[in-house]
Amino acid sequence: MPGITRRRALSAAAAVATTASAVALAAPAATAVGRHAPAAAGSFDEVYRGRRIQGGPASGGGHHHRHGGDYAVFVDGVPLHVMRNADGSWISVVSHYAPVATPRAAARAAVEELQGAPLLPFDAN
Amino acid sequence: MTVRKNQATLTADEKRRFVAAVLELKRTGRYDDFVRTHNAFIMADTDSGERTGHRSPSFLPWHRRFLLDFEQALQSVDSSVALPYWDWSADRTVRASLWAPDFLGGTGRAGDGRVMDGPFAASTGDWPVDVRVDGRTFLRRSLGTGVRELPTPAEVESVLSIATYDTAPYNSASDGFRNHLEGWRGVNLHNRVHVWVGGQMATGVSPNDPVFWLHHAYVDKLWSQWQRRHPGAAYVPAGGTPDVVDLNDTMKPWNTVRPADLLDHTGFYTFDA
Repeated sequence: MPGITRRRALSAAAAVATTASAVALAAPAATAVGRHAPAAAGSFDEVYRGRRIQGGPASGGGHHHRHGGDYAVFVDGVPLHVMRNADGSWISVVSHYAPVATPRAAARAAVEELQGAPLLPFDAN
Repeated sequence: MTVRKNQATLTADEKRRFVAAVLELKRTGRYDDFVRTHNAFIMADTDSGERTGHRSPSFLPWHRRFLLDFEQALQSVDSSVALPYWDWSADRTVRASLWAPDFLGGTGRAGDGRVMDGPFAASTGDWPVDVRVDGRTFLRRSLGTGVRELPTPAEVESVLSIATYDTAPYNSASDGFRNHLEGWRGVNLHNRVHVWVGGQMATGVSPNDPVFWLHHAYVDKLWSQWQRRHPGAAYVPAGGTPDVVDLNDTMKPWNTVRPADLLDHTGFYTFDA
C-alpha cells in the first residue's frame, strides 16, 4: 500500500463504511466460494443498541484482517477484529474468550461490551 | 530461588511489594510492552494457521515463558517479589482478599464497569490503560457477570485426570488436557475465568488487569500438577507439525526457547505447595 500508511488506510475505510453503503463487503454467496469464508456466515447490516454493525465476506484483499479473516466486521464503521474457531463459532478482540455462534452475535457482544465507547482500529497500538 | 505462593497467603508486606513493583513497571512503560505482545499473539494465533500463544499445544509453555519474563521484570525492581497465583476454584467469590483495596481492588461500578478502589483504580492516576481496543482508558471489571460461576475443584479435578497432553488437530477443537485446561472444550477452566472477571480481562488486551498474571500463574501450576499426576505423559507433538510448535521447535517471540526447555519449572521457581 505505497503512499498511504496503514493507519490512514483504516481511517479511510472507516470513513467509507460510515458514510456510504459501499463498505468493503461483497455479496456473500458470490465471493464465499474459494475464499474459505464460512458458508454459514452471510452479510449483515443493522443498528443494534443505537450502533451500526456490519459484517460480510471481505472483498478488499484482506488488508483489514490480521489473519484468516476473509470476513470483516465493523462497528460504526471501525473494523472489529474477529476470528472463526474450528468448530464454526466466533470471537472478537473485545470478547476473546467467549465463543458465540455467528459473526453477527460477535458484533452484538462487542456493542454490549463497549457500553457506548468508540472502538479503536486494531492496529492503533 | 523464587517461590510462587498462593495469593491468599501473602503477608501485607508481600502484597505491598508486589503492587509497588507492578506500578513501577507501568510507570516506566515496560508493563505495556507485555500487554502489546499478548494482544499481538492472541490476534494472530488461528486454528487453521500458525498458532503459538493460544489454541495450541504451546499455550502452556508460551505462557510459562511469558510469565517468567514478567516475573524477572518485577524482580529487577524488587528482587524479593515472586508471582503469586490465584486458585480460583477455592477463592471463588468477590469477597476474596484478592479483590480487597490493599491488593487488586474490587469489581467495577454499575454502568461503565470502572474499578473504583485499590492501587489500579483510574482515580489513582497510576494505571492508565494505554494499550487498548476501545476508547476507554480506565481499568474495568465485572466480576461474576459474564459467567456466574468460577470453575469448581471437581471440574479442575476432571481436567487434571485427562491423561493425554494434547491431540490432533492441536487447536481449539482438540481433545486432551491442554485444550480442556485452556477451555475451548469441555467444562472450560482458563477461558471461563477471563470471562468471569470481565472488563479488559475478557479481551485480547487482558494483561491490562494485573490479575492476568495471578490467573496464569495458577494455570501454570495446574500444568505442573498434571505432570506429577501423569509422569509418563509428554508434550506433543514431537516433530514435523505444520503451524504448530513441536517439542523441539523454538517459540516466537523469543526464538531461543523451546517447549522442551520449559517442561520443568523447578529450574526457575517452585510453588509453596
